[in-house]
Amino acid sequence: MVKVVVWGSLKPHTGGKSELEIEAANVRELLNRLGETYPGLKPQLARGVSVAIDGTIFRDGWHEPLRRNSEVFLLPRMVGG
Amino acid sequence: MPLDSRPDTKRNFSVVGTRPLRPDGVDKVTGRAKFGADATAPGMLVGRILRSPHAHARIRKIDTSKAERLAGVKAIVTRDDFPDHSDGDAALYDVLYNIMAREKALYEGHAVAAVAAVDARTAREALKLIKIDYEVLPHVTDVDEAMKASAPVLHSTIFTDGVEPKPKKASNIVRRYEFGHGDVEAGFKKADIIVERTFKTEATHQGYIEPHACLANAGPDGQAELWVCTQGHFMVRDTCARLLGMDISKLRVTASEIGGGFGGKTTVFIEPVALALSRKANRPVKIVMSREEVFKATGPTASTSIDVKIGVTKDGRITAADAALRYQGGAFPGSPVEFGAMSAFACYDLENVRAVGYDVVTNRPKQAAYRAPGAPMAAFAVESVVEELAKKVGMAPIDFRIKNAAREGTKSSYGPTYGPIGLLPTLEKAKQHPHFKAPLGPNQGRGMACGFWFNFGGQTCVSLNINNDGTAALSVGTPDIGGSRASMCLMAAEELGIPYDKVRAIVADTSSLGYNDVTDGSRTTFATGMATILAARDASKKLTARAAQIWGIPAEAVTWEKGFAKPAGANAGNFPPLSIAEIAAQAGATGGPIAGHHEYSADGAGVSFATHICDAEVDPETGATKIVRYTVLQDAGKAVHPSYVEGQFQGGAVQGIGWALNEEYIYGKDGRLQNAGFLDYRIPVCSDLPMIDTVILEIPNPGHPYGVRGVGETSIVPPLAAIANAVSAAAGVRLISLPMSPPRILAALDRKAAAE
Repeated sequence: MVKVVVWGSLKPHTGGKSELEIEAANVRELLNRLGETYPGLKPQLARGVSVAIDGTIFRDGWHEPLRRNSEVFLLPRMVGG
Repeated sequence: MPLDSRPDTKRNFSVVGTRPLRPDGVDKVTGRAKFGADATAPGMLVGRILRSPHAHARIRKIDTSKAERLAGVKAIVTRDDFPDHSDGDAALYDVLYNIMAREKALYEGHAVAAVAAVDARTAREALKLIKIDYEVLPHVTDVDEAMKASAPVLHSTIFTDGVEPKPKKASNIVRRYEFGHGDVEAGFKKADIIVERTFKTEATHQGYIEPHACLANAGPDGQAELWVCTQGHFMVRDTCARLLGMDISKLRVTASEIGGGFGGKTTVFIEPVALALSRKANRPVKIVMSREEVFKATGPTASTSIDVKIGVTKDGRITAADAALRYQGGAFPGSPVEFGAMSAFACYDLENVRAVGYDVVTNRPKQAAYRAPGAPMAAFAVESVVEELAKKVGMAPIDFRIKNAAREGTKSSYGPTYGPIGLLPTLEKAKQHPHFKAPLGPNQGRGMACGFWFNFGGQTCVSLNINNDGTAALSVGTPDIGGSRASMCLMAAEELGIPYDKVRAIVADTSSLGYNDVTDGSRTTFATGMATILAARDASKKLTARAAQIWGIPAEAVTWEKGFAKPAGANAGNFPPLSIAEIAAQAGATGGPIAGHHEYSADGAGVSFATHICDAEVDPETGATKIVRYTVLQDAGKAVHPSYVEGQFQGGAVQGIGWALNEEYIYGKDGRLQNAGFLDYRIPVCSDLPMIDTVILEIPNPGHPYGVRGVGETSIVPPLAAIANAVSAAAGVRLISLPMSPPRILAALDRKAAAE
């Protein structure tokens, strides 16, 4: 299981929780299972997200591995100018 | 890709870090460079767009019959020519609606029809003959007004997301974002001093010198070509193909030279319209925007309204920080408020922090990205309060910031824990800088501010061909806005071990290279640069294999060193080194052309920090402000071409000076823009500015082989606040609204006098 933290205003879609325990070995599994477990997150997942793993932000990278003690944050998809 | 590219911090670079002339420089100063409006084709028609004069209006009927009968008119398109191919993609539908209004015109300047004619005069005449039956609706352009329950609602489909329970009534508030950690209320109870203020900033335009321009040429076989000034021609290709229901392979897009973008050319406006006109007319169609159209119909950044509250102990430690950020992003969802909220407190090590953002729609043009989207306004509000708090606790603002600065191991305000970051080094370097100790003159004040930006990598594809004479041809897919071709040539030369001027880089068209994300997010020197390094390493591996063939020894027994293939050791044999030119000359006989490639999704860009110092002089009689000294200190990871890094630092500061002092979208009560031109919307010119001093710090990014971090955006984050702090110090009163134009400064001085 990996602990993933979602940003505060997603809590209405996760039963009021910002810290979620998800069984996932990589980013792709994490995103798939987040959508399956919390269907209310699907519109945000479709709009796009980034995943921060141990301080590094990944915008793409489905196959980035997640370890049990990884620090994982779901973030909006990064944009730039 | 995995982060297996740890920077070689002990490496002695041969050419990286030097300052050669840019390969596109002579063309640009002699007028030979081809920009968007320079494209031409036989039989070319002139495209012009009819725009709504109303801020908000239902379009009951469009009658083009008279215009169609005008001699010389070859095609007219309206909403009926843009069927919805968005397939449920709400963001793409918004782009479709923005490039050509559908049931409503949502802002003054919204495109409602377009004409292609044999010349500009005929096109303009035709526009006058198009009759639009409008039902004018109430409008709203101010962010706080748009959030009120009584405000005219732009879209009946927007029900605020991110709040519980979800509203049943449509409003202009698209979404609520919240970031942070800890217990803010408990944190404020521990504070000895609390400062709470509300700030406002006006919308500003990126102000690129080159207006949008494109030439579309669609053939009867369904294939089309497009020449365009853009930050991302692959994005233009894919977006236009989807909007027009084309196969991507049938559209080839070539990026012209670009006269500035700053984020504003990361979407499409005129390109799908030109293609639709060309498809209908079966002739090439060129559209070039006027400056008025650029202001009214492309994307400025958001205007904002921001509350900030920060509490500190008597000894200067922040106990809690809280912000509410309201950004309007024009007529469609997507203001950059989430990045404002995420970055607002990113410079500080905070136990209790919260930032709440609201994305709001108004009857203004759809915002587009502008350098570090959303961050400068948030930094203006937060850094103004930080400066005020430092003075209240009796600390020098720089010491207050050093005491509270985020560092390696800090849990960032947006969540993740920081790795190695460069904020403290910029602060410590700033403290030692002569600027900090320089005396101030009468009516002058000094301010400072810190800033943060995320940066990212993105999809990138690079091809590097070794020519028969040993020179290299590098093809990249990211338009060169800030000198990136020079930086790419430096990195390829470094890896291949050949001189800088033996590498030529081009921006290849969309049919010549794999997909590349847009030049944005401060990603090009990082991501395209890393792809170039890896493509060059791929090429040098092939060069060593060819040398091995020539010598008749195993490829593993050959190494690549400073432009030569050499036997790896004594056991490999005694062969004189083969130069790249010698190997390339025999390419045909040893297996054919030699090329290196790399394609990937780059991640690990590494966040970036800056500290700016500003001295401002305020004329108490007129309220006019002059920036008398300005210094930028920023972490670049590794400066590949230091002159262009300095240019990015200086450019960010200059755009920030304009944003802080002069620039604003001014709307009349009728919801129409009052200052759509550079005479009335004043960007800084050289005579307004001091020389911007720069200090490059190099704290290597672990995600890049040379340690490179993006530098293009962070430099615009601190200026609004640094200037506001300097002006407030000079005027003796806190300025809380941007721009700090003379009338606003005089009003603040009057308030101060009345209070004394």
